[in-house]
Amino acid sequence: MNGVSLHKKLEENAGLLIFGILFVSAIGGLVQVLPSLFQESLQTPGTLTRVYNAVELTGRDIYIREGCHVCHTQQIRPLVAEVERYGPYSRASEFVYDRPFLWGSKRTGPDLHRIGGKYTDLWHELHLLDPRSVVPESIMPAYPWLTTRMATETGNIQRKMKALAMLGHPYSEAEIEAAPARLEGVTEMQALIVYLQMLGTTLSPEDAAMDMSMAEGH
Amino acid sequence: MNNQAEYFEDRVVLRLIQFSVVWAIVGMLVGVYVAAEFLWPGLDFGQFWLSYGRIRPLHTNGIIFGFGVSALMATAFYSVQRTSHVTLFMPKLAWICCYGWQVLVLLGGISLLAGWTTSKEYAELEWPFDIAITVLWVSFGVVFFGTIANRKIRPIYVSNWFFGALIIVIAMLHVVNNLEIPVTFGKSYSLYAGAQDAIVQWWYGHNAVGFLLTGGFLGMVYYFLPKHADQPIWSYRLSVISFWAFTYSYIWAGPHHLHYSAIPEWVQSLGMVMSLVLLAPSWATMVNGVMTVSKAWPKLKTDPALKFIVLALAFYGLATFEGPMMAIRSVNVVSHFTDWTIGHVHSGALGWNAMVTYGTFYFMVPRLVGRELYSSQLAHLHFVLALAGTLLYIVSMWAAGVSQGLLWLSVDSLGELGFSFRDIMAGMQPYYALRLIAGLIFLTGTILMGWNLFMTMKGRSPVPCKPMPVAPEWQVAPKNTQDAPAVEATA
Repeated sequence: MNGVSLHKKLEENAGLLIFGILFVSAIGGLVQVLPSLFQESLQTPGTLTRVYNAVELTGRDIYIREGCHVCHTQQIRPLVAEVERYGPYSRASEFVYDRPFLWGSKRTGPDLHRIGGKYTDLWHELHLLDPRSVVPESIMPAYPWLTTRMATETGNIQRKMKALAMLGHPYSEAEIEAAPARLEGVTEMQALIVYLQMLGTTLSPEDAAMDMSMAEGH
Repeated sequence: MNNQAEYFEDRVVLRLIQFSVVWAIVGMLVGVYVAAEFLWPGLDFGQFWLSYGRIRPLHTNGIIFGFGVSALMATAFYSVQRTSHVTLFMPKLAWICCYGWQVLVLLGGISLLAGWTTSKEYAELEWPFDIAITVLWVSFGVVFFGTIANRKIRPIYVSNWFFGALIIVIAMLHVVNNLEIPVTFGKSYSLYAGAQDAIVQWWYGHNAVGFLLTGGFLGMVYYFLPKHADQPIWSYRLSVISFWAFTYSYIWAGPHHLHYSAIPEWVQSLGMVMSLVLLAPSWATMVNGVMTVSKAWPKLKTDPALKFIVLALAFYGLATFEGPMMAIRSVNVVSHFTDWTIGHVHSGALGWNAMVTYGTFYFMVPRLVGRELYSSQLAHLHFVLALAGTLLYIVSMWAAGVSQGLLWLSVDSLGELGFSFRDIMAGMQPYYALRLIAGLIFLTGTILMGWNLFMTMKGRSPVPCKPMPVAPEWQVAPKNTQDAPAVEATA
């Protein structure tokens, strides 16, 4: 059977055509995506990588709700300029408890993967309330509503932690039990800042040390 | 089906066109607003629902799912009836698709403003919407493939392969990428984490562009271009080869969105190589389209609809050349995370998707309602505005993106960073201003089209139109009808 008559079969039989499209389009995913879902190195935490605690997790969900990832990446590339500007480049082992990943695709503002510890809590609060008061050139929106909303309103923290525990995040019963109490009296602003302050701080020292030698010059 | 309707179901096509035009205007209006927030960040007036992080996804979702998918459903329903010489299968289900989809886009948009989001690009809508999308998408598939199964002519025409690939592949991508554990009605956690989540998301994200914004719209081209140019497709063989090459190779290219990231290098390299391979089927299709229209060149002077489709092909060629180039690691190191990407997206979205849709709408609406286009001059003006808006948009974003990329990377002879991030960002204001003007020009053109089409269809309903008889040598043999699974299922 030559190519033309083979194709004649495909285009005269709807069932075959559907199957053909499904088969041909699935190959890429099966060869490229499926194996990486089983790759150990992508799901093994680093020596210091840990799950987000109740406040951090709430802060992270506020970060998602407000769409911070739309303008800020969390992915430092292994390039000299990026390592100098932001800090050690991002490792897969740091993200194993990130559901969803928040690497972003656009850097309208700077990368935030190593923002933790770079500024004070007060700076972050001022910046989130009135970005141009601390960075005159900034085009970031202000987030005044975060100070009036409480972290307990962000969502049901116990259900969230239980869902994540189901997916394999090592939360203890006690941690989940104590979670609502940890959020008492915390504003959304504070929760978001707690999350920002821990971002990128769990890179193991060995990884941080080998950084500059690995980064590519460009 | 025994109770086959006598006339084409064109009312649902017309209604989908109307919704599509409304979403185009709304989506682009939001786009213009988003662009203005780059210049005047206070434009959100301290309102959470006007905040940039929430309305930018509203813009992308409104355009892709409101404008884009409504147009795809309209053109798929219109062309599948005509190329199958039969009326629409389960027309009531088609109406459910039509209205269900509009309700979904509306409520989905509101949910984005409320802060319900998975954060994954073009898959932001939360799990209740994901389920609704799946149900409606399967219904779309049942109507479409059911019509094909009922066809009176043996061969399935090439436009239907592309619409078919759209339906099948998007269903696969959507289901796999949106596997998540619901927590509350508006919140879920992805089944995948970190780097693996990134790989799955960009397998989805890239191919949503591939099979929805490219494949689906190629279905439009393969039906409306030959129809309009009154010429057969230049090379049937080329369309066969490019279709299968396209369907096979697009899927691999997603990891070029993750160059230099924490995903394995072999995945990045494979993504890059396959992105370059993708240039071949993309340009094969473009060449096929341009050669098809080449015998109808004089028509381009007088016919705004054909002008739009041919210009769309040119932008298709541009964007599908630019894409593979940006997928090369050494180019991507500059373009990644910058406004260049935004420019690239818009050379596709404005230059290709919107223009080809405009061309098909200008073609379909007068035929559907049996009346000349209200104003051909207005359509020519729209063409000029659309072209000017698109060019200004992509040129300003090229300038912005290349500057950002190079300035971010620049280090002096001592290895010190050349520029601070905030200075580079502050330097982008002129480009953002140009982009806003470009968006306004393009939006103006779209509103003109909305008016023009509204006046054309005002007070009219679709002209009854019967399927054409099929020449005996092309008719479906009785045995074949039983082979088609969808017919059996509904008998």
